[in-house]
Amino acid sequence: MSENIFITEAEIAGDAEGPLAGKTVAVKDNISTDGVRTTCGSRMLEEYVPPYDATVVSRVKDAGATIVGKANMDEFGMGTTTETSYFGPTDNPAAPGHVPGGSSGGSAAAVAAGEADLALGSDTGGSVRCPAAFCGVVGIKPTYGLVSRYGLVAYANSLEQIGPFAPTVEEAAELLDVIAGSDERDATTRTEGDDSNYAAAADGDVDGLSIGVPTELLEGADEGVVETFWDAIARLEDQGATTHEVSLPSVEHAVEAYYVIAMSEASSNLARFDGVRYGHSGGYDGNWNETFGRAREEGFGDEVKRRILLGTYALSAGYHDKYYKKAQDARAWVKQDFDEALSEADVLASPTMPVPPFELGESLDDPLQMYLADANTVPVNLADLPAISVPAGEADGLPVGLQLVGPAFGEKRLIRAGSALA
Amino acid sequence: MTAQTVQQGDLVTVIGLEVHVQLETNTKIFCSCPTEPADEPNENVCPVCLGLPGALPVLNEAAVEAAVKVGKAIDADIPEETRFHRKNYYYPDLPKNFQITQYDEPICADGELEISVEGERRTVAIERAHLEEDPGSLQHVGGGIDTADYTLVDYNRAGVPLMEIVTAPDFRSPSEVRAFLADLEEVLEYLGVFDAGRDGSLRVDANLSIIPAEETNGDGTIDEEALAAANRTEVKNISSHKGAEKALAYEETRQKNAIQRGRAVEQETRHWDESRGITVSMRSKEEEKDYRYFEEADLPPLRVSDWKEEIAIPELPTARRERFQVEYDLSEEAASKLTSTKQVADFYEDVASEFDPDLAATWVADELLGELNYRDMEITDVEDRLGEVNRLVELVATDEITAKNAREAVLRGMLDDGDEPDTIVEREGLGKTGEDEVQQAVVEAIDENPDAVADYHAGEGGAINFLVGQVMQKTGGSADPGDVNQLLRAELEE
Ligand SMILES: [Zn+2]
Repeated sequence: MSENIFITEAEIAGDAEGPLAGKTVAVKDNISTDGVRTTCGSRMLEEYVPPYDATVVSRVKDAGATIVGKANMDEFGMGTTTETSYFGPTDNPAAPGHVPGGSSGGSAAAVAAGEADLALGSDTGGSVRCPAAFCGVVGIKPTYGLVSRYGLVAYANSLEQIGPFAPTVEEAAELLDVIAGSDERDATTRTEGDDSNYAAAADGDVDGLSIGVPTELLEGADEGVVETFWDAIARLEDQGATTHEVSLPSVEHAVEAYYVIAMSEASSNLARFDGVRYGHSGGYDGNWNETFGRAREEGFGDEVKRRILLGTYALSAGYHDKYYKKAQDARAWVKQDFDEALSEADVLASPTMPVPPFELGESLDDPLQMYLADANTVPVNLADLPAISVPAGEADGLPVGLQLVGPAFGEKRLIRAGSALA
Repeated sequence: MTAQTVQQGDLVTVIGLEVHVQLETNTKIFCSCPTEPADEPNENVCPVCLGLPGALPVLNEAAVEAAVKVGKAIDADIPEETRFHRKNYYYPDLPKNFQITQYDEPICADGELEISVEGERRTVAIERAHLEEDPGSLQHVGGGIDTADYTLVDYNRAGVPLMEIVTAPDFRSPSEVRAFLADLEEVLEYLGVFDAGRDGSLRVDANLSIIPAEETNGDGTIDEEALAAANRTEVKNISSHKGAEKALAYEETRQKNAIQRGRAVEQETRHWDESRGITVSMRSKEEEKDYRYFEEADLPPLRVSDWKEEIAIPELPTARRERFQVEYDLSEEAASKLTSTKQVADFYEDVASEFDPDLAATWVADELLGELNYRDMEITDVEDRLGEVNRLVELVATDEITAKNAREAVLRGMLDDGDEPDTIVEREGLGKTGEDEVQQAVVEAIDENPDAVADYHAGEGGAINFLVGQVMQKTGGSADPGDVNQLLRAELEE
């Protein structure tokens, strides 16, 4: 497999019958699989084998699917290219020589390359939608609380959701039907997805659909990307949708707020990796503070260390109000802006990524460039809303994704609209 | 007055407490592992309480219910909504390297507890009481915390629900602290949320400072500035009432001595070394720890406003003591004894519902508790033998056996050998002898002892006692001496 899609290939058979019988599923390697190592793309967990299945894994198995491997990813989900993986980068099957996007790059690549019919990823700030856009497949970021996070190794727990990848919106919706719904093991799950039939909504009916286009999400986007985006919008209008401009003034602060919150949460979520109970310990003896410090120094990559340090700083006494609290205020503002915009439109549309896929190695030296590429996806996570990325076409031969954002638990609306394109 | 006594009189001790109590629930606070002590280390663990990657906490409602009961018992404000925070610090007994606790929205705020110190009632203000998870426990092998060869970690305790109860600096002596802890435990046990017998179920951190008496207000209160100006020590590792009194008495003396010798008291954390009976410095300079508190997003805010109305609390010790005095016409002393624990009080009320409350009080408060105490036993050891105790009181109440035999033979046999009352009565032949048999013995004794009869008629007081003794001998001690005395006199006067 030249693309380096899987960290661990496996064959975990599901039930003989069920809505996904006969389907193969790739699972991002930060979703726990009983007896199959779950590395999070990190040296820290290179040999960690969970003793339990994530709720979504049990549900996929119960639905009859066969899990074919644990897909590559940016280390602990921290990245937009899958290049921060300890296990090396993944090539983009839809655009060889380019990154597959991240952090769920392996999952999107598995579907794009036909290595799996479907895939599961996780989306903290765009980690499902970005690779879906870059690999030319469909990816859904569900409303916060629709899908159980039990067994998903946390990066930023207030922001992230597990979401499906598929070649078409209908197939992605079928997988979402299986994984959505309340879970007694995740107190943040809600009942809205309990008796869902999202797949039935994939009828492509956009007649009368009102699409709002936030002007701020087109600013600064690559010209070819913008052109492809409008072509796709035109196709929706041809089928009866109407378009108008809306405004999300707060999004200019969204990237900053997102990174402060995500890094703060990460500094706490990743504290448990000290090599005492599991994971990389280095085998050191002696003073506790020194030994766990060395284990973490060896086990984590640079991007992870950068985010843990920045997050620790943002939560520190004296800086907490200046960074963390301010970011929470910005988050509330972003939510409010989306509520207003969605009162004027059924869905909001933008390019998923403002740029086409980077060439492999291109963005590694400049983390800031990478962070800014998330400008269109992170506001959705701050607002806890659902979003879908569907292939919009190509710009200079590279895949471009169109993002649709809906109101909380408005997945059906997104699936209906998205299925008009793919 | 000498200079020294002036100085002594000028100093006031100020103590505030942080009391950690384990709440008694069947399962841990964020997972379904049992809280029961396990036989082996790391037996009662699961992905959640081990902090495995991906595991999430789910709040145990029983822990919240217990906390609400405590809040009601201490008359605290229970907010509409309560939420959890993360307290971040690295320690090997902490599986996630953060503790889920409560920060600025605790489940109980501004409460108070009325306590009894040397017979006087006093009120201690409780600033807050919040829920959190217990860390695991460390076992240092081959030495102490800094000299051990290695350290083992046991996560059985990790995730047991804890309540941290923070008092105002309202204590003026170590004995008050001891009284408070005893009364607090009593209330918690009455609420059924606490098991004092469980190892490590109570842990106390105490802040102690000494301030000049002139800085106290007329009513004994102390201004915050005066308190802030004084250096205080935090004494950790206290795990009992007695330990608290000893540790704080030591610390009080140590600080007063330092002040009287003109030395400054260091602001520091000190460790109570129970075996040596001293406090030792843990850090010479108090580091202000930065725990980077922030909201625990995995646990949504919990609405308790409606729910708390449905949570009832039982009658508390003080109220029950007062009711016993009125309802059963008991002395304050007897009522206090009988309400010392909820189990004793329940036990008493069961017996009192069947028999004369006064007789029940004697048998439960004096005889039963006395004999249990002598054997180092607790009321809980005989809880399932209520029927037998009832039978014992019945045997006395219906005059079937003498009080002396009931106490000396039956009760002791019950406790020492585990026998049932009727079995003992039958085996020892303790049943009171029938009246005919006693009458027969009386007649015989008179016939056989003419000298004593003569002495009796001559007015010698000792003669009747001799005759009573004869009758008791004939009846094997099972006759009532009082009855025998009367029967003899009646027969002799004829
Ligand atoms: Zn557990």
